[in-house]
Amino acid sequence: MGEQSQNYKWIGKRTLRPDGPDKVTGRAKFGADLALPGMLHGRVLRSSHAHANIRGIDTSKAEALPGVKAVITGADFPNPGQGKMIAFGEGQLNYSDMARNVIAREKAFYDGHAVAAVAATSAAAAEEALSLIEVDYELLPHVIDVEAAMEPNAPVLHDNLFTDGVTPTPDKPSNIASRLEFNLGDVEAGFAKADAVVERKFTTQPVHQGYIEPHAVVAEATEDGQVRIWCSSQGAFMVRGNTAQALGMDMAQIRVTPAEIGGAFGGKTVIYLEPLAVRLSQKAGRPVRMVMSREEVFRGSGPTSGSAMEVKIGVTKDGKITAAQATLKFQAGAFQGSPAGPGAMCAFGPYDLENVNVVGYDVVVNRPKVAAYRAPGAPISEFAVESVLDEIAGKIGIDPLELRLKNGAKEGTQAAYGPKFGPIGYLETVEAAKAHEHYAAPLGPNQGRGVASGFWFNIGGESSASMQISEDGTATVLTGSPDIGGSRASMAIMAAEVLGIDVDKVRPIVADTNSVGYCFVTGGSRVTFATGMAVIQAAEDVVDQMRQRAAKEWDIPVDAVVWEDGCAKPAGSNAGDFEPMSMAEIAGNSARTGGPINGKGALNASGAGPGFGTHICDVEVDPETGRVTILRYTAVQDVGRAIHPGYVEGQLQGGVAQGIGWALNEEYIYDADGRLENPGFLDYRIPVASDLPMIEAVLLEVPNPRHPFGVRGVGEVPIIPPMAAVANAIANAVGARVPDLPISPPKLLAAIDAKGD
Amino acid sequence: MARVLLPRSVGEQYADGETEFEIAGTTVREIVRALDARIPGIGELIQETMAVAVDGEIFQDPYLEEVQPDSELFVLPKIGGGTVL
Repeated sequence: MGEQSQNYKWIGKRTLRPDGPDKVTGRAKFGADLALPGMLHGRVLRSSHAHANIRGIDTSKAEALPGVKAVITGADFPNPGQGKMIAFGEGQLNYSDMARNVIAREKAFYDGHAVAAVAATSAAAAEEALSLIEVDYELLPHVIDVEAAMEPNAPVLHDNLFTDGVTPTPDKPSNIASRLEFNLGDVEAGFAKADAVVERKFTTQPVHQGYIEPHAVVAEATEDGQVRIWCSSQGAFMVRGNTAQALGMDMAQIRVTPAEIGGAFGGKTVIYLEPLAVRLSQKAGRPVRMVMSREEVFRGSGPTSGSAMEVKIGVTKDGKITAAQATLKFQAGAFQGSPAGPGAMCAFGPYDLENVNVVGYDVVVNRPKVAAYRAPGAPISEFAVESVLDEIAGKIGIDPLELRLKNGAKEGTQAAYGPKFGPIGYLETVEAAKAHEHYAAPLGPNQGRGVASGFWFNIGGESSASMQISEDGTATVLTGSPDIGGSRASMAIMAAEVLGIDVDKVRPIVADTNSVGYCFVTGGSRVTFATGMAVIQAAEDVVDQMRQRAAKEWDIPVDAVVWEDGCAKPAGSNAGDFEPMSMAEIAGNSARTGGPINGKGALNASGAGPGFGTHICDVEVDPETGRVTILRYTAVQDVGRAIHPGYVEGQLQGGVAQGIGWALNEEYIYDADGRLENPGFLDYRIPVASDLPMIEAVLLEVPNPRHPFGVRGVGEVPIIPPMAAVANAIANAVGARVPDLPISPPKLLAAIDAKGD
Repeated sequence: MARVLLPRSVGEQYADGETEFEIAGTTVREIVRALDARIPGIGELIQETMAVAVDGEIFQDPYLEEVQPDSELFVLPKIGGGTVL
């Protein structure tokens, strides 16, 4: 913890989690927990074909089944047309693609693509009805692999997709949705100055966010045209806006209440079931609940991209990088919009380089459309870069952290993607890792140590907050940002700090879309930063009103009243001789001084501080089986200011755990027909507690000057370094590198065998 | 005059490969309008799909931010979950 936090009363304290009791006792209401009178069970019919024209759908037999109250297909929705990418908060959105992903129209684009849905009085009837829906498919050739999809003779998914970002625009459609390029300096001249050059190819697999709670929704449409939705998502306003778009409704007709959320990690920044449940409810005249099975989550919801990458880095013999180049091919799933852009921008983010060239491709394939996953794109590209850096360090005989110190970005460094960094703490993370006892600890036989760094921008964005002061002086804070990482605790802490009252006198609430102003999704590591600033604004608004009320009571100018330790006080002896007046006293008398005291905050936050981390990983490799055991792991990160250190540490530990799974185990396995063969946690193996050591989180605080308390986003950086840290540790343990994730035992054994030891 | 820089792929697609411009203006909106007058279509591209960094600070919804005569503006893709669908 940084020393500056000691100046605060609540910032930096490990307070109790406001939502903790409900969660540990099972009282918390998640998406699937709500039941309404007369509620129907909704189910989705999904394509079992990877690529097929839909010539027709006959629902008559399903509709005739007793208990079935509604059946819908794509024909029950407005024509989505052929849209274009538009700005959507932290990313881009194509409503046409969104609508076609929610339910197929002319084509089924992947195994698991929704083609119809039913609502029935029982789950059994709904399931039986699905089996009675007859879909007339015309099977088409499919493509799963990203590089195969880029071949000139590959099956083309979309006849209207012409590569953007190339000149001239192609006259034939292809699966390459776009190409983008970033340049700095002259890479050819830079490579000419290098004493050593390493160029390698890498692949990564799509990996799912692995949230434990499947997508779930309850929708109730009433005869007056109003709709209520209860669901688990990363943004109730996102659900409202996108559902309205998909259904052709006014947003004001839809009220979305956020349920408690059982994990998301980016995967719930999109809609899948909500428009289906609403349309079924409108058709049936009864509420409808829909809950994905785990198989549906894997087959029908978006993981992050898989990739094929080439990275080339040149360096002088004393460790100065002279040039860096990367080509990134990201698969987007069935519709354009992979994180190739942020992947390209982040690839060399931690470094101060003169000559950089990065080219990214966004490529569609017959898989589920990708969704966001912690720091979208950055873990992929930085895995490749950090792996090459490790090899370079070995080649020129320099300590890998020393190599990073020699080339690390600092304040004033021009990032490879353009702008100059403000105050950042990257070098501090490397120095802290280098000084950590872990880095010098001895290793045994078949053991290896790897290091890697990571960079993520972090974002701000639009947030609102309101604060209501009760008659007894306690505060309720309402925001529209779903709490997926302890943000309610952070909001309460920041409010208490500004108000000067005890944190247990502040109750944070995640409100519905009719009860609080707009908040963009919980994503981009933005909530404690951006929504936190809205809460601070609301609290400052309350403080101003408290001073005004005290000034009225004392009959002195408001400028003569200050706010200290939760009380109004005269600014000095000239202001008058008054005893401090507490919030409870002011609120209790508010009826006589102007009525209820409510504060508000609303902003589009800019100034998010970039985040950097450096990780150390020790592994042991069983040379007989290829099994990798993670022995020890230390994650160092510049967190700006840890509002609640416990939950910041949890973000680091969670990101590392997910990154280890990405590195060692997780992948989608498709058969020759493009059907997913491992849609469950038995065969798609995420790490469990027994797979992991205690992950040590080291928090460094280099405050972000653009936030009142110095906050930087912390939730995404921790998933970036683990893949390379693990891969580098394995390479150092066995003397052979596996460039293709996951580093599963068969691949590792093959690499060991190929080495010839 | 502020210095405005485009990613190479945007420059190639919209500005015959040119990626660096000197533009007068006091806000991002004025700069983008002036740039669009010179390169028709690029204003819509920036407004709908791009972020702008002004002297190192990235604005996801650039519009009214102040620009100084010696400011440096980088046009770049919007940052974050670029995969929202």
